Amino acid sequence: MIEQLPVLVIVIPLMAAPLFVLIGNRKLVLLLTQLVCWTVFGITVSLLSRMQYGPISYELGGWPSPYGIVYSVDYLSAFVMLFVSGLAAIVITYAPKSIDQEVHHSKHSLFYASYLLCMTGLLGMCITGDLFNVFVFLEISSLSSYALISLGKTRRAPLAALHYLIIGTVGATFFLIGIGLLYQMTGTLNMADIASRLQAVESSRTMLVAFAFMTVGLFIKMAVFPLHTWLPNAYTYAPSVVTCFIAATATKVSVYAFIRLIYVIFTPQFAFERLPLDQALMAFSLVGIFVASTAAIYQTNIKRLLAYSSVAQIGYMLLGISMSNVGGLTAGISHMFNHALIKGGLFMVVGCFALRIGSLKLEDLRGAGKTMPLTSFAWVVGGLGLIGVPMTAGFVSKWLLLTSALSLELWPVAVLMLLSSLLAVVYIWRVVEILYFSPASHLAQTAKEAPMAMLIPTYIVIGSTIVFGCWTVYSAGIAQAAAKSLLGISQAGGIQ
Amino acid sequence: MTPENLIWVAMLLPLVAIALVFIVGEKSPNIRESCTIGISVALFWVTTRLAGFVFSGGRPTFKLGEMLPGFEIAFTVEPLGMLFALVASGLWILTTIYAIGYMRGHHEKNQTRFYACFASAIFAALAAAFAANLFTLFVAYELMTISTYPLVTHHGDEKAKKGGRIYLGILLSTSVAFFMLAIAWTWTVAGTLEFTPGGILAQPNIDGKISDFQLSVLLGLFAFGIGKAAIMPFHRWLPAAMVAPTPVSALLHAVAVVKVGVFSILKVSIYIFGIDLISETRLGEGANPVMMSDWLCYLAGATILIASLVAMTKDNLKARLAYSTVSQLAYITLGAALATSDSVIGGGMHIAMHAVGKITLFFCAGAIYVGAHKTNISDMRGLGRAMPLTMGAFLLATLSIIGLPPGGGAWSKWFLALGTVQTGHFWLLAALMVSSLLNIAYLIPIPIRAFMTPIGETPMKFKEAPMMCVVPLCITAVGSVVLFFFGNEIYDVLLPIASSAR
Repeated sequence: MIEQLPVLVIVIPLMAAPLFVLIGNRKLVLLLTQLVCWTVFGITVSLLSRMQYGPISYELGGWPSPYGIVYSVDYLSAFVMLFVSGLAAIVITYAPKSIDQEVHHSKHSLFYASYLLCMTGLLGMCITGDLFNVFVFLEISSLSSYALISLGKTRRAPLAALHYLIIGTVGATFFLIGIGLLYQMTGTLNMADIASRLQAVESSRTMLVAFAFMTVGLFIKMAVFPLHTWLPNAYTYAPSVVTCFIAATATKVSVYAFIRLIYVIFTPQFAFERLPLDQALMAFSLVGIFVASTAAIYQTNIKRLLAYSSVAQIGYMLLGISMSNVGGLTAGISHMFNHALIKGGLFMVVGCFALRIGSLKLEDLRGAGKTMPLTSFAWVVGGLGLIGVPMTAGFVSKWLLLTSALSLELWPVAVLMLLSSLLAVVYIWRVVEILYFSPASHLAQTAKEAPMAMLIPTYIVIGSTIVFGCWTVYSAGIAQAAAKSLLGISQAGGIQ
Repeated sequence: MTPENLIWVAMLLPLVAIALVFIVGEKSPNIRESCTIGISVALFWVTTRLAGFVFSGGRPTFKLGEMLPGFEIAFTVEPLGMLFALVASGLWILTTIYAIGYMRGHHEKNQTRFYACFASAIFAALAAAFAANLFTLFVAYELMTISTYPLVTHHGDEKAKKGGRIYLGILLSTSVAFFMLAIAWTWTVAGTLEFTPGGILAQPNIDGKISDFQLSVLLGLFAFGIGKAAIMPFHRWLPAAMVAPTPVSALLHAVAVVKVGVFSILKVSIYIFGIDLISETRLGEGANPVMMSDWLCYLAGATILIASLVAMTKDNLKARLAYSTVSQLAYITLGAALATSDSVIGGGMHIAMHAVGKITLFFCAGAIYVGAHKTNISDMRGLGRAMPLTMGAFLLATLSIIGLPPGGGAWSKWFLALGTVQTGHFWLLAALMVSSLLNIAYLIPIPIRAFMTPIGETPMKFKEAPMMCVVPLCITAVGSVVLFFFGNEIYDVLLPIASSAR
């Protein structure tokens, strides 16, 4: 049983999804979905706890690698799977009241099935060691997320989903073209196998083209500025629960795939020395951080504000990845985790506002600090994390990134990064002032505090941003272990 | 209890206070405030116990653990931090008593939040005072900014919102843009952030890793990054913070918050750079190389004078006191920048002297507001007849702020003046003199006029503020005089911070 765990992560939710469509009873399906999500979370915890004995390689159907598909679990993939499934579980626990209000009852079982499929796709992208399989899972998660987004309350939701579908498909196709070219040159789809055969053909132009296609394809999926245009609308018009889950996990998994692409399939030398991708990444990241943060300042809808902030935050992850040393990579990977918690938590807060106030325009949220004190306070705490105040998770990643940039003597990067984090103060505090210092709007005046069923999961996530801001053994510590193994630095005694 | 345990007990106590305040809440204000007072007395007792140990040469250390790989939260108590902790915890008792009188006399809302945030600010002040490394200090510094924001914006109106915006904006952005960068830079150069006698940047293994000019830039990043020290041009947050209720202005914006700022600058000067490194590093070629911190000395001198001049133009008493604080803080920064053993000891002393004096003045301002509903100095003529105790205390504290005997401030200013002479900064000596005159000009007239009834008016009837307000301010006023007679003791206690640099 234990050795079957890697495949169960995928099989359980993948089989459950169609089954739930058949069951159709929305209460039962909800319960079962929660059960499945928590089970998968439990499995990922046990997978990560096994990492101290070395990475796991699971041959699907007993076919030996490189002929069959291999699932490989190492620190990085186990870590990403852990927070993806963890957030999926906590968000679905939080979800029922919000979904009741925002999604038509007849679509509930379809909703939960899509939710599970989306999670399956994201987990699959993490665990698989086969490049074509990555594409398949990418499409599973994307298609299900298009469906989820289109379930939003307003009629703009299907449009936003369509927009995302068109751009997302372009991204996926680019990724597929890249895979095709790689297959043509190496004759294999197994990532480790490609890596070992790549050296012979590395200098060919085809490799450059393949790499470029895959990079751009993933950039679209990550919503790297300026390829981010699908994201604000998709996040804004999707049902609150969907935004919580997708914002916390989907873009991070694409970042994960990008890390694999650079550090496992290709080499940092190829990406950063033969190609000037590191400078390009830094430039794109910094410009993106400034532009998107500035855009966030001027938003009038709280969800859209957070969406732009997400575009900016991807920049910090890429900055860390582009440094290609242990410190930078640790910072990038930690920020994936920390930002997943922070942004997931903040969108959960927004979901509470959506439930009780019914509008997400900033002007309608005026004075909600008095009628919804707990929800508003959660915003403050999560917001402090996004700003990166000490003792929050956001500070951890910011500090790691800063020290790493300085140790590489990247002065402009360090200074610009710090300055850009001040923009977060502006857009977060703008909302804080609206919540606490403005005369109440008529919607906020009559609003009740959000139900405990939603507040407790919200506070668990928001509280964890504080916990992982003070105690980083299992966040930055694991990220460091993952970074070291990616860079081929041996580590004694597991996590420090 | 061992001194090591006293450290964490001291820091735990304010946290207990926060919990108790929230548990009791609005239901029974009397119990809530008794909890705070009880805890603050206990805290003062703990800090005095600790002080006895530290002042006799002990350096107890308490390690909490690593917050980030390689970056520890750890506490080591040395004399400067001990003095600061003593002052902060001692004045917390009096401020709490005062706050009861003020907040109730003034029917303030949200008092539970008020006392809870107050306790968390004290926690941050203690954590900063005991910090064993720059990283811990930074965490405490930022914690303090955040925990005092709800106090500044306590009234929740438009004015509070604006004040809070300036407060948070300046303090957060300077600390993130400069302070954090400076800390990370120090770490990259030195590989450690531990406060080390003699200075970590003065250690032999640093040679060649950072040029003299870069050292000066790094000092600048620290000086401007520690926005709480209110060096111009980053001083605007302090007057803006005056929208807070007066007990906040008294303890936090005359003692805890601002003193964390100058305390951090002193710490950086003594334990990161080392005063010998600052005073011996010369910039520029030729016959007249300048000290690397010269520009900071002159900037501090300019802040002292300009803030005093601005204070003269303010009619609102709290605003005048705020600018006076800006000016007095620059004295301490000057002490750090001059980097002689007398000047840093003078700076350290001034933390205590100015704290006791300035808190008295703010207490008085609040008492006048509660008792007579006056905020403008021009309306306070003849008020001395109505509030003789308050105004008498004001006069005593004024002496200390100006630096006249028998005010405690006389000693700290004396040592700072010595520092300017030892380093040959005669212009700064002149600035100190002029500033003292300016202090006289903008502070002394307030109590003098208060005791003189304008011609043609009948003297006011005796009407003091509530006892809860008056008693604490009398105690601190007497304290500011008592400190004058303990100048020698404080000097001896602080001597190790300067001598360990050699």
